[in-house]
Amino acid sequence: MLNYTIRRLMFTVPVLLFISFIIFLLLDLAPNDPTGNLPMTIPPEVRQQIRESLGLDQPIWVRYLLWCKQFFINEPLNIIEQWFGIQIGDGDRLRVRSWATRSPVVDLIVERMPQTLWVVGMSYVVGIIIAIPIGVISAYRQYSWFDQAGTFISMVGFSVPTFFTGVLMIVVFSVWLGWFPSIYDTTLVVEDWSSFVQQVRQMAMPVFVLALFNAAQISRFMRASMLDNLNQDYVRTARAKGLKEKTVLLVHVLRNSLIPVVTVIALNVPQVFGGAIITEQVFKVNGLGQLLIIGIQGADIPLVQTLTFIFAVLIVLFNLIADILYGILDPRIRYD
Amino acid sequence: MFDAGPTRKPLVEVRGLKMHFPIMAGVLRRRIGAVKAVDGVSFDILEGETLGLVGESGCGKSTCGRAILRLYDITEGTIRINGHDIARASHAELRKLRPTMQMVFQDPQASLNPRMTVAKIIAEPLDEHTTLTRREKMQRVHELMDAVGLSRDFANRFPHEFSGGQRQRIGIARALALNPKFIVCDEPIAALDVSIQAQVVNLLEDLQDQFGLTYLFISHDLSMVRHIADRVAVMYLGKVVELAPREALYSAPLHPYTQALLSAVPEPDPSVRSTTERIILQGDVPSPANPPEGCNFSTRCPRVMEICRRQEPEFREAAAGHFVACHLCTPQSETTAGATAATAVPKSVQQGE
Repeated sequence: MLNYTIRRLMFTVPVLLFISFIIFLLLDLAPNDPTGNLPMTIPPEVRQQIRESLGLDQPIWVRYLLWCKQFFINEPLNIIEQWFGIQIGDGDRLRVRSWATRSPVVDLIVERMPQTLWVVGMSYVVGIIIAIPIGVISAYRQYSWFDQAGTFISMVGFSVPTFFTGVLMIVVFSVWLGWFPSIYDTTLVVEDWSSFVQQVRQMAMPVFVLALFNAAQISRFMRASMLDNLNQDYVRTARAKGLKEKTVLLVHVLRNSLIPVVTVIALNVPQVFGGAIITEQVFKVNGLGQLLIIGIQGADIPLVQTLTFIFAVLIVLFNLIADILYGILDPRIRYD
Repeated sequence: MFDAGPTRKPLVEVRGLKMHFPIMAGVLRRRIGAVKAVDGVSFDILEGETLGLVGESGCGKSTCGRAILRLYDITEGTIRINGHDIARASHAELRKLRPTMQMVFQDPQASLNPRMTVAKIIAEPLDEHTTLTRREKMQRVHELMDAVGLSRDFANRFPHEFSGGQRQRIGIARALALNPKFIVCDEPIAALDVSIQAQVVNLLEDLQDQFGLTYLFISHDLSMVRHIADRVAVMYLGKVVELAPREALYSAPLHPYTQALLSAVPEPDPSVRSTTERIILQGDVPSPANPPEGCNFSTRCPRVMEICRRQEPEFREAAAGHFVACHLCTPQSETTAGATAATAVPKSVQQGE
């Protein structure tokens, strides 16, 4: 397994380099202009000067290699310096800077990561916690009213977009009932009980909207996987052994059914880091999703390039993690 | 074993066992019929004997075996195993009775949990039904592995690391863990290579002698059943058509279906083979959801009579210990039928051997 992991990790290096190049090419081909959002009164010569100052007059391979140097060498060195409080070289390195804010992209990401992880990550956890029991009961009582209701709710969760459920919830719970605030306040510092309650209240709606969507997906996987296993011969063997129904279900069926579900869950984790672009917009959560959409709107190429590449890294990494988890959970899978 | 029958007491008594699976259809999934997988089966299994249950695919043999152990909730009938009423026991009572009755399954790969080691698979019934310490359980697991001829070193391996024959040995060890009296062997050799089949069957026989087990041996392999069974029951379309001591059944089958079935067994001796006449049945087995009126076999029987299509034959004792459900063997039926039955017996002798 260790050899397999190392081999896979070695393969990821060229894959990621290739991905980064593709992203760079795509962004370069896109017909957007970093000066496009500036006031119309700025004359074209000045705009041209701004573009040159951003390095846009350079050939593409120069710009790509520069980004590579900044991202793969300067930024890691900078992180090491910050973590260990040491100085490597003269410490004056060119970092990947956002064109719009002029601040280093990595700092922007670090600023926005907590909101995204709290809201989107929590919704993922809540979604899983809801989905697994629903999937188990739906499969065990296939075609019962519980299963029918679960199927219906899953379909709703799947098919109704979050910009609709989000706005619907704001109308119902913020405007009509006034239970929850409609805007997520990032400046809130949790220091005592009342601010903690405030934090929970402002997280409740975005978490619920996203959890419904996640739960819809995972509960379907769980149900299908359970149904697959419930009809297996070894379940009959377990019953013939005279085990309690609870043991049959939880020890034999559930554990085996969780194998594919766990890998699906692992594969979807990068989406958590990617943030929920739409839901974050609806509830004004200034997370990574919102950062990405602002970057795209402003043609902030270094920001979009870096964010997209980090997502790519996470996707490749969690694919590997899902494969390794599969090997750990299922003794029949051997990679070496 | 022919005359030993009446002196021993029956361990398993099955009366009028029916197992119907509902067919649901339509928008509201209403019940529109039933697959009559087992439709009124009665037999006894004496203590220490092996009853072979044979028949073609889909005739309800496996369902019958599973229903006897109440792995299904049966539709009708009574089952008594070792004096306990199995048919109407609650699930909690049934769990307590499980140690006496066990099953060896057909597919040794699928019937073992792929995520459990051999030791866990064998020890799990012990966890559930005994209060042995961890050490004693391990001891017992090792004893069982010895008994079925598996090396103790394999205890921590997973089922997929074994060959088919070894897996079936794990399945047998698992079934033996709680010292059962009665084991249903549901085609235990069907998924194995021929060279391994004999090993497993001999193992089952050795274990029977060692632990005084009673078997219901379900198989479609007639020569294997002849080897292991004391008495043989032949099933066709959810019903037992003939039940007789082994030698009587193989030498003088009374039911036309049994005769056809036995004529299909390959004869190894070429000089005999040329003289045997193969009875080839026409048509397919009718659907168990919609069995024919009268005798179930009437649609394919080479010697069908008019009465067969109207009236269901009674399952009666034609000779000592030899039960058959056929109008040909019913003495008080029409004279023509009696005459055919009389000629049928010598003819079938020639076909059987």
